[in-house]
Amino acid sequence: MTTEELLRQLYDQTLTGNGPAVLDLTRSGLAGGIGPETLLYEALIPALEEVGARFERGDFFVPEMLIAGKAMAGALEVLRPLLAETGAESIGTVVMGTVKGDVHDIGKNLVNIMFEGAGFRVIDLGVQVAPEKFVEAVAEHQPDIVGFSAFLTTTMPMFKANIHALTKAGLRDRVIVMVGGAPVTQEYADAVGADGYAADASAAVVKAKQLIAGRRSAALPA
Amino acid sequence: MIACGALAGHVREIAARRGWPLHVRSLPAQLHNRPGQIAPEAERMALDLLGRGYRVVLGYADCGSYGALDEVCARLGISRLPGLHCYDVLAGPEAIAAMLAREPGTYLLTDFLVRSFRASVLAPLGLEDHPELWSDYFGHYRRLVWLAQAATPELARRAESVAAMFGLPLTVIEVGTTRLERALEAVIAKGPPAHAAANPP
Ligand code: B12
Repeated sequence: MTTEELLRQLYDQTLTGNGPAVLDLTRSGLAGGIGPETLLYEALIPALEEVGARFERGDFFVPEMLIAGKAMAGALEVLRPLLAETGAESIGTVVMGTVKGDVHDIGKNLVNIMFEGAGFRVIDLGVQVAPEKFVEAVAEHQPDIVGFSAFLTTTMPMFKANIHALTKAGLRDRVIVMVGGAPVTQEYADAVGADGYAADASAAVVKAKQLIAGRRSAALPA
Repeated sequence: MIACGALAGHVREIAARRGWPLHVRSLPAQLHNRPGQIAPEAERMALDLLGRGYRVVLGYADCGSYGALDEVCARLGISRLPGLHCYDVLAGPEAIAAMLAREPGTYLLTDFLVRSFRASVLAPLGLEDHPELWSDYFGHYRRLVWLAQAATPELARRAESVAAMFGLPLTVIEVGTTRLERALEAVIAKGPPAHAAANPP
């Protein structure tokens, strides 16, 4: 199989969420001398972006997203140590969690996968994460970004509670706050004082990179 | 009334019992999985009925439209049921909030969901073809609460079998349809005066 053929198949199998085939193709690509970055950036990530686009268009629903995300996560397990070896530096650290009172996590998990794929170190706090847990994790890991995910009208107010807890702990200025989840809008994100919002996992990565670049350049001496 | 399929049956039953001149048009309950489509679908139907001279009310709560149904109501001068979702309408928002606060890992059922669990939940979530996704969806749940409208032995058996699928305890709360009935009275009283046609569309 040529490199192009393998990348094409890896893309197709990720798109349809065929986990075992994605693992096989990833392994045989590596064995055949294709670099981990090539597999990631030329097959896996574009496939997951296409999955997101199909979801937006209504061609895919949650299960298709879920199986494609899981297939990509399986490949990432294999690629992660190799990417670390190639010296590809982590481009930032993200602490993520679904807010207290909410157990929806499919969207958050997809964002995590895309963040990892893009080279971020991701610390996932899981679901139902209380404000004090976010504060602890931010103090401990000193991430560039903390992300809050919420899906219920009744749990969205936790964004504000989390931001308040960070402020009280003196950590608010040290971390970029991103929010997301099906009910969240840019206006809502602005209203609660978040730094960034994104409607889907691909946009979240783009936004995160922008926010980090903005902060780093602001930190440079004039 | 343009009602969600999950409520339409109860609304028809109440309207018939009360002798209200209410015609119920339902939209598929499945729209809940794509809540962005609820408001446009409801608006299209409402515009059609208003254009034909009917007085229209919405048999929907917010239902995950996140304010979009309220915008439709404001635009067209019509009203909807109060609350965030049918659980609020059937059991009251305070009771639901308290239940979820006490155990966020609570999965709520209604008679409609018990009856149509396969079609409303398992099929759209892909669990029939991919049973291995079960824990991705439901791994964080700790209990089921069935907000029962009319707990017949047949429905109770079905609810038990849903609980068995989850392997979780089932709490049954007989909420009936009293709250729904009161909410219907209020929403019907609220609407603009009827210059309705005599016959249903
Ligand atoms: C799947 C689903 C479930 C699954 C959740 C499984 C899981 N493990 O997550 C199940 C069936 C278990 C479930 C349960 C419930 N659900 Co639900 N659920 C949905 C549904 C259909 C899809 C959500 C989803 O996973 N989408 C797929 C992902 C990939 O897309 P996404 O969520 O938009 O995520 C993207 C972006 O939002 C963004 N993003 C997400 N997080 C973050 C974070 C950051 C920082 C950033 C930048 C971006 C970002 O990137 C993601 C990837 O692209 C929605 C309706 C809908 N279509 O939105 C209802 C919905 C959210 N659920 C709802 C309800 C009411 C419930 C229940 C209360 C129902 C019940 N019977 O008990 C329970 C919740 C109990 C609780 N305590 O949490 C309502 C909420 C209504 C409201 N006003 O609050 C909705 C809107 C359905 C409706 N129309 O009524 N649900």
